[in-house]
Amino acid sequence: MDAILMQEKLVERLLCPRVRTARQKEKQYVGFATLPNQVHRKSVKKGFDFTLMVAGESGMGKSTLVNSLFLTDLYKDRKLLNAEERINQTVEIIKHTVDIEEKGVKLKLTIVDTPGFGDAVNNNQCWKPITDYIDQQFEQYFRDESGLNRKNIQDNRVHCCLYFIPPFGHGLRPVDVEFMKALHEKVNIIPLIAKADCLTPNEIKKLKDRIREEIDKFGIKVYQFPECDSDEDEEFKQLDKELKECTPFAVIGSNTVVEARGQRVRGRLYPWGIVEVENQSHCDFVKLRNMLIRSHMHDLKDVTCDVHYENYRAQCIQEMTSKLAQDNRMESPIPILPLSTPDVDTEKLIKMKDEELKRMQEMLTKMQQQMHDKDQ
Amino acid sequence: DICLIRSSGTHSSTGGSTLLGYIGIDTIIEQMRKKTMKTGFDFNIMVVGHSGLGKSTLVNTLFKSQVSRRSAGWARDEKIPKTVEIKSVSHVIEEGGVKMKLTLVDTPGFGDQINNDNCWEPISKFINEQYEKFLKEEVNITRKKRIPDTRVHCCLYFISPTGHSLRQLDIEFMKRLSHSVNIIPIIAKADTMTTEERQEFKQRVRKELEMSGIEFYPQKEFDDDMEDKSDNDKIREAMPFAVVGSDKEYQVNGKRVLGRKTAWGVVEVENPNHCEFAQLRDFLIRSHLQDLKEVTHNIHYETYRAKRLNENGGLHPISSSDTQESNL
Repeated sequence: MDAILMQEKLVERLLCPRVRTARQKEKQYVGFATLPNQVHRKSVKKGFDFTLMVAGESGMGKSTLVNSLFLTDLYKDRKLLNAEERINQTVEIIKHTVDIEEKGVKLKLTIVDTPGFGDAVNNNQCWKPITDYIDQQFEQYFRDESGLNRKNIQDNRVHCCLYFIPPFGHGLRPVDVEFMKALHEKVNIIPLIAKADCLTPNEIKKLKDRIREEIDKFGIKVYQFPECDSDEDEEFKQLDKELKECTPFAVIGSNTVVEARGQRVRGRLYPWGIVEVENQSHCDFVKLRNMLIRSHMHDLKDVTCDVHYENYRAQCIQEMTSKLAQDNRMESPIPILPLSTPDVDTEKLIKMKDEELKRMQEMLTKMQQQMHDKDQ
Repeated sequence: DICLIRSSGTHSSTGGSTLLGYIGIDTIIEQMRKKTMKTGFDFNIMVVGHSGLGKSTLVNTLFKSQVSRRSAGWARDEKIPKTVEIKSVSHVIEEGGVKMKLTLVDTPGFGDQINNDNCWEPISKFINEQYEKFLKEEVNITRKKRIPDTRVHCCLYFISPTGHSLRQLDIEFMKRLSHSVNIIPIIAKADTMTTEERQEFKQRVRKELEMSGIEFYPQKEFDDDMEDKSDNDKIREAMPFAVVGSDKEYQVNGKRVLGRKTAWGVVEVENPNHCEFAQLRDFLIRSHLQDLKEVTHNIHYETYRAKRLNENGGLHPISSSDTQESNL
């Protein structure tokens, strides 16, 4: 009887190897494939934040572009200063925050503006207030992260810097090169060609080629789009390739609605024609928006956290530990001080304790040696 | 009978023999014209502004010839010079039997550095050097018949079309140089602004120029008479002219026009609805060319001369053997 049962089972197995009972199916399916959905639900509840910095001389259309990208009016109450008023002005850092919600997803957007950059006659080191600001945000995050209460860390780190290059030049100017070199290891830089509607298509191409060449020549590390996964479809890969070849993006901004080709579109009305902001054959605004918001926002944040912030952190720790200058100190992965301010007194104390520790260790090794000798 | 000799205001050029008292004073205009056509004109124009504002293209468009070598665009290895350079290039152009020796003075490097302090000094120095050259020649015992004139008659200052206001460098430059040379501010690459933006920008710029006490050409204080004043008032109201330059031609409505072709239309350089190039050209070349030279000679040069003669007890006339300098 058993033999027949066994044979039947064998036949069953051979003929229909994949048929399983419902219970067995349940056993096979663990269920962690829903993890992305869970993460998604949680993030939607928590909301996202994104900090975008805009830099460039005044009159490059930065505010207009930001308003166009996020369909808001962040600069309603802004008063434009005239040249006399701006004579002794230094570069300022001004933050605007706006909460945007779309399809249930909340975004807390912070725009960091840098009025005064590059406007003076002598612009030596005019990027210093900007690098200082970025470092300050990193420092604040570092302290919070090393602190005891880490529940509500405010992430004010700058995730992306849009740098506006004037379309009037023949490529990068000295101030552009110096600015980008001062910032390329602290923040993701995306260079843009501003006010691109004063250039013919040929001129845009020449300018882009020239800028790309100079970026290579001066060793400026602008934000690189991550490579496509090999399993993406051809269309996506093609789009990605086009995007990469299009940098730096030549953009135009506008929030005024004009009538063109029978439709109402956002654009600029000239006596000789209408420039449509969202028309891809007119400018790269759509590409920039898609890249910045729709596909690479998360990657920008990741690179900021994983690369720029980590660089800062490593540098910071190295500076702190090199002050104490002891070998075993350098190897320890965790900084000894989760303190808010490594002031002189605490450092002295630490140094004393370190020396004590060293002495104790030496004594210990001596004792061990003695014991070892005794055993011999 | 007593014949009255009367000189009449009009006369027939075919020589009306009935006009008894005609002296012929007015033919002197014709004589002058013939003479100046033979000797030709000199005109020296300087362009100032940071690189990329279309200075070379505009001058070529104004004079409808390749006056500036750089019109073809930047060569691959052309770099921004570290200090402001002064480069002079002369061409002889002819129109309607009139020859003009046009000298273009370019100032590459102006405003392009990170630190632009005193970048106007080489320019100021150059302008004064030309006055000095002329003065030395004038003061000579044996002077040349026609003193070669290298003085800058007109300085076109290119304002960047930011749409906001003048930049500090613009004000610094114009403040310092408006008393030694005729400055004509123009708004470059005006196709970056819509018509409303352009009007607002112009108004703001004019207000700032006024507040800073900058007297651009045509200066109010040099208006000779009421007619001049009313003409010049109209021009001053319309300045600074917002211009676009181009040396390429395109077909628009069956005509060939100078312009810039973009994906959304052709910007026509000479169309007054598109930009103010035609106004600038008429003002600069067709009506005020001679006046620019006169103001330079009678006012700016005289100011320089008076200053020089008052210092160190004045200049001493030198014999021509001391001056080895050749013209230009």
